[in-house]
Amino acid sequence: MSTTELRELYQEVILDHSKRPRNFREIASPTSRADGFNPLCGDKATVFVQLEGDVVRDVSFKGAGCSISTASASMMTEALRGKTRSEAEALFERFHRLVTSDPSRTRENAAPELGKLTVFSGVSEFPVRVKCASLPWHTFKAALSGEGKASTE
Amino acid sequence: MSAERAAPSVAGYDVEAVRRDFPILATTVHDKPLVYLDSAASAQKPRAVIEAERALYEGYYSNVHRGVHQLSVQSTEAYEAARGKARAFLGARESREIIFVRGTTEAINLVAQSFGRPTLKPGDEVLITGLEHHSNIVPWQILCEQTGASLVVAPINDAGEVELPVFEKRLSPRTKVVALAHVSNALGTINPVKRMTALARDVGAAVLIDGAQGAPHLAIDVVDLDCDFYVFSGHKVYGPSGIGVLYGKAERLEAMPPWQGGGDMIASVTFEKTTYNVIPHKFEAGTPNIAGVIGLGVAIDYVTGLGLPRIAAHEDELLRYGTERLQAIPGLRIVGTAKHKAGVLSFVLDGIHPHDVGTVLDYEGIAIRTGHHCAQPVMDRYGLPATARASLACFNTRADLDALARGIVKVQEMFR
Repeated sequence: MSTTELRELYQEVILDHSKRPRNFREIASPTSRADGFNPLCGDKATVFVQLEGDVVRDVSFKGAGCSISTASASMMTEALRGKTRSEAEALFERFHRLVTSDPSRTRENAAPELGKLTVFSGVSEFPVRVKCASLPWHTFKAALSGEGKASTE
Repeated sequence: MSAERAAPSVAGYDVEAVRRDFPILATTVHDKPLVYLDSAASAQKPRAVIEAERALYEGYYSNVHRGVHQLSVQSTEAYEAARGKARAFLGARESREIIFVRGTTEAINLVAQSFGRPTLKPGDEVLITGLEHHSNIVPWQILCEQTGASLVVAPINDAGEVELPVFEKRLSPRTKVVALAHVSNALGTINPVKRMTALARDVGAAVLIDGAQGAPHLAIDVVDLDCDFYVFSGHKVYGPSGIGVLYGKAERLEAMPPWQGGGDMIASVTFEKTTYNVIPHKFEAGTPNIAGVIGLGVAIDYVTGLGLPRIAAHEDELLRYGTERLQAIPGLRIVGTAKHKAGVLSFVLDGIHPHDVGTVLDYEGIAIRTGHHCAQPVMDRYGLPATARASLACFNTRADLDALARGIVKVQEMFR
């Protein structure tokens, strides 16, 4: 490995979202919310979801985490707005495959519907950081399913 | 960098020779020479320890305390010789006061279950401090749930110290067990364990000292400390992983029921009744970690050969230097500023998460620990989810800390 992988991990877009996270706020009376926790590192994320019928009208997050988890949460909220429940779930699956699969298969997993989220492909090179990127998504999924809690373990 | 200065050498301590004893220090990580600053998580192994395990397996391995054949006799002798080394290392009176266990965690669980569970009653108290590792919290919580006793915590101040009056105030005749870290793994604070033990004994409490971080850095004399139990892990004193030591005063250990049943811990077995073996064997059921014990004995020889007071002086000098270097970095805050510290530099950077610090430093070949260090209550005390922690060992140098300081500046540049 070289520092190329480090640059792949910490792409400008990721650094930007980690420093200036979008939708970093509470939703006063969300239709659902969930608290996510990564017991390995102590990262916490609360995801708020405002559903209108079957559509994600608004989604936001609060919490403290590393640059990868903060950027992932931030970009997730942007990607999910306006999606239907089934579109959101499909995106979760796509994203999960992107960050967990063998790095050599990154290209084929970088499906077009992921859009900007493909910047997280570098995460797959860093097994210990995969959970950072996936925590917000697990938390969103827990909110949708009404579980209220998500853990990366 | 002007802040980099050559080290004043500790008399008779040749750190370059020490470094040559550790084969792993010659490796590279991400094409950079390894800078290993994570010994508080687990220390690297000197060649002597690695070779001792090989010599055992290639030359004289067999089960211990069982066979009449030559190899078993030889293995048993080496195993029991290691017990003698551990006794001397801790300053214990007798070798039978040394029980081999898997590590600090198992030792604490053994004491909680074998000493605590039959003794404690509702209304009794177990006193710990605010800087304990999870392994010196959770076994006591389990014990309290089982017995109806309560867990009491002596909190730390902003520097990460347990002040004696604060500690003393929480002692009472209800206190039956006091469990203390010798050295905090997250902050490096050295607890004044001798004074604390004396105070605890005044109220009649039994005292366990968690020496996981103490044994690698401080000379220990359990008779002088007068503690009932002292526990440590082999892998943190340059020995193999999966082996550790429980020291207990003989009269305590003799009064305790066995923790696990099995072979080697019995004197005689019938289906009606079993009589137990004497200590230490009563607490060593089953085939033990033979290679681990023998490797640990050699690690103790190694540490004793270097001299713990000299290792401590070397590390203290590095700790002072490292503290100075890190404090000079704008945006860096050291967490844990106790007057008496050993081997640990815990820190946070403004606006940068410790995990990101760890990942970037890794690409500089620098291994540190990031996270809550299995001490979440300590993190909560400072309102932090995590810190980055550099920890020192006998083989570290000022150059390692210079590399760390340079690495941190790189991290800051990257996340600016």
